[in-house]
Amino acid sequence: MPQIREELVARFYALFEGWGIPWIVPRLVVMLVVVSIIILFISVSAMFLIWWERKISAHIQARFGPMRVGGWHGWAQSIADGVKLLLKEDIIPTQADRPVFILAPMVVFAAALAAYVVIPFGPGLIVEDLNIGILYFIAISSLTVLGIIMAGWGSNNKYAALGALRSAAQAVSYEVPLVVSLIGPVLLVGSLSTTKIVEAQRYLWFIVLQPLAFLTYFTCAVAETNRLPFDIPEAESELVAGFHVEYSGMRFAIFFLAEYANMFTVCAIATTVFLGGWRGPLLPPWLWFLLKTYFLLFVMIWLRWTLARVRVDQLMNVAWKILLPLAFANLGITGLLVWVFS
Amino acid sequence: MTTVNLHLQQVKEQTAESMEEMWVNMGPQHPSTHGVLRLLIKLDGEVVRECIPYMGYMHRCHEKIGENRAYVQIIPYTDRLDYLASMYNNWAYCLACERLMGIQIPERAEYLRVLIGELQRIASHLIWLGTFGLDLGNFTLFMWCFREREMILDLFEAVSGQRLNYSFMRIGGLALDVPEGWLGDVKAFLQWFKPRLPEYDRLSTDNIIWQKRIQGVGILTPEDAVSYACSGPVLRGSGIRWDLRKNDPYGIYDRFEFDIPVGTSGDVWDRFWVRRQEMDQSVRIVEQALTEIPPGPVLAPVAKKLRAPVGDIYSRVESPRGELGDYIVADGSEKPYRYKVRAPTFVNLSALPVMLPGYLVADAVAVLGSVDIVLCEVDR
Repeated sequence: MPQIREELVARFYALFEGWGIPWIVPRLVVMLVVVSIIILFISVSAMFLIWWERKISAHIQARFGPMRVGGWHGWAQSIADGVKLLLKEDIIPTQADRPVFILAPMVVFAAALAAYVVIPFGPGLIVEDLNIGILYFIAISSLTVLGIIMAGWGSNNKYAALGALRSAAQAVSYEVPLVVSLIGPVLLVGSLSTTKIVEAQRYLWFIVLQPLAFLTYFTCAVAETNRLPFDIPEAESELVAGFHVEYSGMRFAIFFLAEYANMFTVCAIATTVFLGGWRGPLLPPWLWFLLKTYFLLFVMIWLRWTLARVRVDQLMNVAWKILLPLAFANLGITGLLVWVFS
Repeated sequence: MTTVNLHLQQVKEQTAESMEEMWVNMGPQHPSTHGVLRLLIKLDGEVVRECIPYMGYMHRCHEKIGENRAYVQIIPYTDRLDYLASMYNNWAYCLACERLMGIQIPERAEYLRVLIGELQRIASHLIWLGTFGLDLGNFTLFMWCFREREMILDLFEAVSGQRLNYSFMRIGGLALDVPEGWLGDVKAFLQWFKPRLPEYDRLSTDNIIWQKRIQGVGILTPEDAVSYACSGPVLRGSGIRWDLRKNDPYGIYDRFEFDIPVGTSGDVWDRFWVRRQEMDQSVRIVEQALTEIPPGPVLAPVAKKLRAPVGDIYSRVESPRGELGDYIVADGSEKPYRYKVRAPTFVNLSALPVMLPGYLVADAVAVLGSVDIVLCEVDR
């Protein structure tokens, strides 16, 4: 598959050069196509996730959830909601810091978008197999916080500011154990490339070798995406909606989309690093990958609808007093074992 | 200059002094103030330093209206006090009138009042548990509690035709006897409801996050609870065994066997746990009432046009939220000369500023939830 793809791209470039068009044009076209595919995938998967979450939560709560739009179990509900949000009036509060307010959702979405570059959906089904893939994911995923702080600051609203501050504190705390827990598997493989990590799990998933790392990673991932029980930055009952309290219409929809896109990313990375990525019998690799990722997403949704929200000081305690020591213990043991056996 | 404006001016002066502290308006439009309550909260970062509740957005001149209505005509107005426990408001008012006029109500009516009252207590506590779950971020509990509350509302609809504002009790008994087979429906409901309580526990009581969130938060000392005249689960949560059903029995509560759960430290957890256990006790009372209920009439023979003798009466009942008292001054005419309601939530809410300082914003929501306010009753 990668050979076919590279051959196609090379032919495409050659075609344009034959016509005497500057070299930059075909490259831009290829880039545009790739980005469009990613955006399409993100939108479709986020819409599906929203519908899915509503269905799961409804069944947890003894309800049906959306049943009308589109006929079968309200499958078109997300599309209808999206259209509705797009058609809404674009409201910017007069007291808001306009450029920051407008930029914030774009930053959040761009960060969510960029993280998809290193997700290996199957052998060769990856936008760019960076040799620093995991590092890239970590770096990009912390960009989201920037957008959230911009939103909180730009809204010029006390609740939004509180939400943004909480988000900054939370992100700083949870990045650390997240990164440390990812180093364990990386040590086992000896590479940061996501494709190499999947290939290294041919015989054994890393969840077996690194159960502690998986648990700490997944807990931090839930916190990273601001989901219950760690949804402090947008705590509905305290801060109304936190950082996006002033956003409506399309800008709100973009925040919403980015949140679900981020959920998919962290679960996809968990699948890649701990659950053997696209590996599995019988079914095609991309299907295996999506199945595993959606299972993790299901767990995330399940957590959200059964747990209460932790308090902001408890959140910090969990990160610094429990998760970080656990992650470091895992890292130390892994390092020691790798050193002994190699 | 109104007091609010005056206060805002003070607030502005204070904020000019220290920039670290911030005044935040929680409400009147806020998802966790359970209605139109406005809390002015002084925040130091996330820590609450001071809290000033502003009430009165729902003031409807309930007591003044009462002075211009005949005794019977006030009953529908009492529904709108604590709309989550309308039966209790009916009961409190009718009981006051009956005591004032010296009316003895039939045995069956007494039993039905207790039965309906305890079902109402369960429904009210269910709604409280659900919204408290919302305050803490547990959405599923809310839907589960509403599912069972809906069944109680169905039962009430069967007897009164209404789902929220029943106006079911009359001075001298009840408006109607319950329909045929209704007592069997109550039995069936209890069969369904009793296994549900452990289910709620699995989502709330047994959950470590839930415990950590509300233990040791919003402490109300027994001394404060008494000096603020708190009542109901708020008072009992502080460790004081005071329940009007036992301490000042009305109706036929002295015939039933039940316990009064009390807390130990007066924190949010204790208030939660007291209410949770009260549901068990209410189930016990309903079961006893079901076995003992006699046949007979449900309305004492009273005059069409009721006149109370000159005098006054203060009569109180233990509503799901505390001591609900009605004070009526009669001048011999067919309207009360003065009609006053002692709303438990109004009194309990006034103790909020003592409970909040020193805790976080998230706790403020939990503490407010644990007081269990109904703004319609607070403002009257």
